[in-house]
Amino acid sequence: MVKVIVYPPTSTILADLVDRMGHTPLVMANEIRKKIDTPSLESPPLNITPEDPKKGLKYAAVDVPSGVRGRMSLIGPMIEEAEAAIIVEDNNCLVGCSGCARTNELTRLLIKIKGIPFIELKYPRDDGEARRFVHEIRMFLEGLK
Amino acid sequence: MIRIAQLSCGAEYSGIQRELERAAEIVGAKMISPEVSLEDVMDVEKRFGVSVPSGDLNLIMARATRLVENPDLADAVFVATCFRCAEGAIIRGEVRRYIHEHSRLPVLSYSFTERTTAETLLTRMEALVTTARMRGLLARERQTGLTAGIDSGSTTTKAVIMRDNQIIGRGWVPTTEVIKSAEEAFQQALQESGVKREEIQGIGVTGYGRFLVGKHFDAKLIQEEITVNSKGAVFLANAQKGPATVIDIGGMDNKAISVQDGVPGSFTMGGICAGASGRFLELTARRLGVNITDLGKLALRGSYKSVPMNSYCIVFGTQSLVNSLSKGARPEDVAMAACHSVAEQVFEQQLQEVEVKQPVIMVGGTSLIEGLPKAMEDLLGIEIIVPNHAQYIGAVGAALLVSGMLEV
Repeated sequence: MVKVIVYPPTSTILADLVDRMGHTPLVMANEIRKKIDTPSLESPPLNITPEDPKKGLKYAAVDVPSGVRGRMSLIGPMIEEAEAAIIVEDNNCLVGCSGCARTNELTRLLIKIKGIPFIELKYPRDDGEARRFVHEIRMFLEGLK
Repeated sequence: MIRIAQLSCGAEYSGIQRELERAAEIVGAKMISPEVSLEDVMDVEKRFGVSVPSGDLNLIMARATRLVENPDLADAVFVATCFRCAEGAIIRGEVRRYIHEHSRLPVLSYSFTERTTAETLLTRMEALVTTARMRGLLARERQTGLTAGIDSGSTTTKAVIMRDNQIIGRGWVPTTEVIKSAEEAFQQALQESGVKREEIQGIGVTGYGRFLVGKHFDAKLIQEEITVNSKGAVFLANAQKGPATVIDIGGMDNKAISVQDGVPGSFTMGGICAGASGRFLELTARRLGVNITDLGKLALRGSYKSVPMNSYCIVFGTQSLVNSLSKGARPEDVAMAACHSVAEQVFEQQLQEVEVKQPVIMVGGTSLIEGLPKAMEDLLGIEIIVPNHAQYIGAVGAALLVSGMLEV
């Protein structure tokens, strides 16, 4: 079983594919759930406090906007933990998105320079492409076993 | 309860959402998020002529569209994006312009960091709520009865006595102890007017010390300086009808306010550093060995072009000033360079956040430093109006507005 980070890191479709193939998906929803379930913190809605963008300084300099660093405080540790990655390009916001293009760019960059196996695909636009898309991801995930 | 529509990107991830909500609560408002459909988000390109890679910014535009089409959804709008995000700044400006042009909703534009607190936002939120809640009072054009206004500023305290739309007494003292300075300014104004304290029908206060001073004088109106100053400015400049832009470079911060029919539409407040405030000009005057009241006339005889100066930081600005003088720069050139530097920073930081529409009115004590409006005039390429009694706008605005409360 391998820990697989998916890009976009909010994609539940990709997370589901990883899970079905017996691996552990690393996705933002899980990180946010941990935050929300943390007792005694009161910074709704995500329970992210002003300390979190400071933790994000590990991944981006202080002149990078606080929203990027706050997001990276969730995504950065997932990249560190990841043993493989699935990157889907040309997706629109419906597939999953951190909401911030700069965060997306930094996430892709950090995944690619980590030196872990990754597969990069275009988002499918029709039924045929979708079938090939799922097949390629499946082959990649099987190869990780 | 005033409803402030929050159109933001990054606030939750910067950990400041609670602070935004707390600031709204303190001023009797609540933040709301207008609901949008998927189609609204996918359609922003058609409405705005642009869609951007950041999904949350497209969401801001979709929410702005929803507000313009359904202005009853909210009473005011807060548009905010992360500080230092270029994409966010472009969309924030465009959304502010769009709402300003297509609705009567007051808009506050702001860029935040993780260090933004409720206290930082308080004056701005208070102004936003006042504009939404007291539109009728703010539309008041004439002062009636016998009223007083006190502006307890960070550097100076001003007071005026007004009777039947005329200023009949003025007081102006440096701010030391807040209440003592307010009393002194008030006494000066009473003395000039020949009016007794007990004859005053109502007192309005504004400025940093407004809460303390308001309590001391049992003021009928205690109001932040954005709404009060813009009212005072359009009154003194006789520009109460139609659009106007008010620029107030204060001792500690700056305000740029886009006004329509005497009511603030969009506004911004702040400054990256004291280098963009009256403090820097005070320091320049001291270093040049001239009185602050003479700095402006000196500046008008000089040119900023021969003195490199960047006052983004008051320390570096002072360094430039000292270096230039040690290299033999003429004092008049240094004085103009200081004025230009302050004006340039306000132009770059503040005036990009509001609609600059003529007439442009410069107010506050710094507007009397002649080099400063001249520098702003050069930067904007339009005439700047400095009304009579420009240093008293806060006090005048307070005296004018409180007269409206006497009739309630």
